Amino acid sequence: MSFPWARQYEPSNGFTKFLDERLPLPRLVYNAIGAGYPVPRNLSYFWNFGVLAGFFLVVQIVTGVVLAMHYAANAQVAFATTEHIMRDVNWGWLMRYAHANGASFFFIVVYLHIFRGLFYSSYKAPREMIWLLGVVIFLLMMATAFMGYVLPWGQMSFWGAKVITGLFGAIPLVGEPIQVWLLGGFAPDNAALNRFFSLHFLLPFVIAGVVILHIWALHIPGSSNPTGVEVKTESDTVPFHPYYTAKDGFGLGIALLLYFAMVFFLPNALGHPDNYIEANPLSTPAHIVPEWYFWPFYAILRAFTVDFFFVPAKLMGVIAMFASILLWFFLPWLDKSPVRSGHYRPMFRKFFWFGLIPAMIVLFICGGAPAEEPFVMLSQIATAYYFLHFLVILPIISSVEKPEPLPYSITEAVLGSDKKVVKGENTSPAV
Amino acid sequence: MTKLLSVRLVAILVGLGFAVAVLWAFVVGAYNAATEEAAGHVPYEKPMDLAWSFDGPFGKWDHAQLQRGLKVYDEVCSACHSLKFVAFRDLEQIGYDEGQVKAYAASKQVPGIDPVTGEATTRPGLPTDYFPSPYPNNVAAASANNNAIPPDLSLMTKARGDGTNYVASLLMGYAPPSEELLAEHPEAAPGPGLHHNPYFPNLNLAMAAPLTTAGQVTYDDGTEATVEQMSKDVAAFLTWTAEPTMVKRKQTGWPVLIFLLFATVLAYMSKKQIWAAVKPKK
Repeated sequence: MSFPWARQYEPSNGFTKFLDERLPLPRLVYNAIGAGYPVPRNLSYFWNFGVLAGFFLVVQIVTGVVLAMHYAANAQVAFATTEHIMRDVNWGWLMRYAHANGASFFFIVVYLHIFRGLFYSSYKAPREMIWLLGVVIFLLMMATAFMGYVLPWGQMSFWGAKVITGLFGAIPLVGEPIQVWLLGGFAPDNAALNRFFSLHFLLPFVIAGVVILHIWALHIPGSSNPTGVEVKTESDTVPFHPYYTAKDGFGLGIALLLYFAMVFFLPNALGHPDNYIEANPLSTPAHIVPEWYFWPFYAILRAFTVDFFFVPAKLMGVIAMFASILLWFFLPWLDKSPVRSGHYRPMFRKFFWFGLIPAMIVLFICGGAPAEEPFVMLSQIATAYYFLHFLVILPIISSVEKPEPLPYSITEAVLGSDKKVVKGENTSPAV
Repeated sequence: MTKLLSVRLVAILVGLGFAVAVLWAFVVGAYNAATEEAAGHVPYEKPMDLAWSFDGPFGKWDHAQLQRGLKVYDEVCSACHSLKFVAFRDLEQIGYDEGQVKAYAASKQVPGIDPVTGEATTRPGLPTDYFPSPYPNNVAAASANNNAIPPDLSLMTKARGDGTNYVASLLMGYAPPSEELLAEHPEAAPGPGLHHNPYFPNLNLAMAAPLTTAGQVTYDDGTEATVEQMSKDVAAFLTWTAEPTMVKRKQTGWPVLIFLLFATVLAYMSKKQIWAAVKPKK
């Protein structure tokens, strides 16, 4: 697929001609991220985070493979091999800090990527499949990150594993057998550690596979853009290379500066000190908290403190926590407003900035705080708003809202409303 | 269309269901909060904000201080606390030469095997050995310490929030509880076998003040061994044991960031140049 004016790959010498007829890999790359991919000319820096997410996935795989060469997934020695990596392996400390902070940065850029998708309704037709695959990637990331955090076998690793697998124990009747089956025992131990390591190694490659599908699906309709108006003519687009390779290159530089500032100067700022205490099944930490990127969902889990009719509080929390992410799968069919961009949706915009964003911030803070007042009550209000926003407010405003006038085209949005300019640009011959 | 409408209708009902359930929990919680007295926290002090040679992005180890700290660990802490992730060979990193490390290692007895009978025994340490534990196992450690196992100190400053300041503050902070504190929180009084310390999160800990008198350790470099000095020196030493690569990490960070800054400026300029042709003229 592509726009009719997309540039065609021309093999330039004998070798590339030979290759193009047998394995057209350069053609694939040319059409995917090269000059053969026309992209809206008006993308803001919010469209940078997909590339950054791909970059951090690679960082995680490369550093992770090296770490796995020195780590031993055995409850007797896992903590000690982690320290061995930190102390005795050449540049081991760099690999481990790069991996631990790489996970955080992967989540930061993915959250910004999701935020972009939510504000600009990137999930709407014809891009539903890109969004659905993105939610799958996010779920796989959460599973991978959780299992990775167990591997150093510190106190938070152990108790986090116990709490998270305990969620399955909330399922009526079969919950407890499922938990025992997942852990390979009654509590996290060698069996759990080994399978978590195995899956933690496997899942990133599954993520990479779904990322390929995600990018494939993206190349069918092409990228969305801040106006939400679809590409009409060639003047609406520029080739990905060199325009967006250059723009993304600058964005990558900024991201790397922030990332390495954390890795080299604040490597433990996002971690919990308790994870430098070796796992001890007999000593429960005062506050069991997951890594920061799970805090909003952990807050939703803990917000349900009271049984709801015949549903126990714990089960209710588990259902709500999973539902809070699974409901994203339905967004393309819940938000039926024909206008994509939040810039042209006055009601949506208000609920987004003054409802959803504050609710997410409150959930984030409460998820990291101990389960005491006022955090529990705040998280309950924010949780209620979270579900109302996606499941009630969004469907209703998408049918009652009066969108603001959209620009005629991307070209008009960029160059102003000068009709002559727009006309001239729009009539440029399509190749 | 009717099918899509029903998707949204179901969503609205589900959304209201979750909202009602969680708001019901909110109401119950608010009622409980209003009628029951909240369990108050016993207040404890945040660690003192002390100055360290290794602070900040340009921090460096003060080898003399680390060596003094080793002496405090060696003569005081090591009676009860292990340092199991630190090998004697590591001490070369804090300014000792190979011969000094060999001699220091040899002065310690580490577990070994009698080469003739195969029985468990002890032998003088080698640089490749790790600091030996004062107790053969956790049961012995618990039994000797009123059931509280003294934790390993290798990672202590990383295993506590603001760890270096915390360790130093804790060691300097032993004091009986004040009258006002006891009046407000009678439960803050130390129980049998416990010792009061305002920096410890529940105010009373099993470890008695380990550093009590000036001159408890005689420093080789002539520094006056006040309780404050010893506390700071051992906290600095334990910061090194927790992350011997910390200074190298910071020193590596600078060239990396400077390179990236340069590369990012270049990337910005090429982006500017490439986009100049298609940007609207102002």
